[in-house]
Amino acid sequence: MPKIAVVQDILSANDEIARENRLRFDRAGVLVLNLMSAPGAGKTSLVLCTIAALRPGLRLGVVEGDVASQVDAERVAEAGVPVVQINTGGGCHLDANMLRAALEEIPLEELDLLLVENVGNLICPAAFRLGEHLQVVIASLPEGDDKPLKYPVLFAQADAVVVNKIDLSPYMDFDREAFRRRVEGLNPDAAFFEVSCRTGEGIPAWADWLRQKREQVRGSR
Amino acid sequence: MHELTITQRILEIALEYAGRAGARRITAIHLVIGDLSSVVDDSVQFYFDHLSPGTPAEGAGLHFTRLPARYRCRTCGKEFAPEHGLAWQCPACQGWDVEILQGKEFYLESIEVE
Repeated sequence: MPKIAVVQDILSANDEIARENRLRFDRAGVLVLNLMSAPGAGKTSLVLCTIAALRPGLRLGVVEGDVASQVDAERVAEAGVPVVQINTGGGCHLDANMLRAALEEIPLEELDLLLVENVGNLICPAAFRLGEHLQVVIASLPEGDDKPLKYPVLFAQADAVVVNKIDLSPYMDFDREAFRRRVEGLNPDAAFFEVSCRTGEGIPAWADWLRQKREQVRGSR
Repeated sequence: MHELTITQRILEIALEYAGRAGARRITAIHLVIGDLSSVVDDSVQFYFDHLSPGTPAEGAGLHFTRLPARYRCRTCGKEFAPEHGLAWQCPACQGWDVEILQGKEFYLESIEVE
C-alpha cells in the first residue's frame, strides 16, 4: 500500500490568511492587537480604558469576538469608536478568516490602532494567528497566580501580559511576584503591566507602550 | 472544541494529496500532535467519523503520534519533560526560566492510499 509523505501544517490555511491580513494592516499603518484572556478577566474593560487613555491623540477601532450577543460591542459603541461584532456561533476562538470578513466594515485607513478582542478562552486562540502585530494576554487576580502553569503556550508567545484588577490585591491570595516570575521565566521578552481598569492605576504605562508600538508600525510602513 | 474545523482541514489536505496521486481510496492518515497543541485525539476521531463518509477517506484509520512537551532550562541547560501536568519548573535548579523545545507540533505527516 503506497505511502504518501505530506508533512503539512494543519493550520497553514489560517496562517496564510493571517499573512494577508497583516499586509493590509501594514499598508494602512494601523497597529493591531489581539487581546486574549479567560472569560471575565476584563478584556472589554481594558478596551474601554485604552480608548479613554489614547483619545483624542490616536484614532481607534475595535473588533469584538464573542460566542453570541452584542453586549460588548454596544459598550464600545457608546464610547464612540467604530466597532464590529463577530459572533462565532459557538466557536471557541477567532480565526484569520473571520477577522478578514470583519475588516470589510472597518475603515483601516482612518485608524491608528485596532483592538481585536478574542473569545474568552486561554487555549484555542493561541493556535490561530489573525495577522495581528501584538498578542496581549490579560490575566486577573481572581483567576489565581497559577494560570501560566496551566496555559503555558499562550503565555510563552505573548508580546505583552497585562494583570488586571490589582485593586483587589488586599483581598486576594494572588502572589503577584510568583506570577511575574513564571511569566518572565517562560517569556523574558514579554512586556509586563499591572493595572486596574476600575481605578485606572497602571493604565498610563500601558497607554505609553501602545503609543510607542504604534510609532514603530507607522515608521516601518 | 475547535476540532471540527481542524478535522475538516485534515480531510481536505488528505483528499488533495490522494487526488494528486490518483489514488482511489485513503486507508490511513498519520498525524503528529504535540501535547501543548490542545488538540484531543478522540475529538478528531469523532468528527472524522462524521465528515469522511462518502469521500475517498471513508474508513481510513487515523493514527496519532503524540509528542510530549519538552523544555530546556535557560539557567542550567537541563532538558526535561514536565512532571506534573504542563508545569515547567526545572527539576535540576528549580528555575522558572525555560524555553519550549517540543509540544506545539500539529501536522499531517503522511497518508496511505490504494
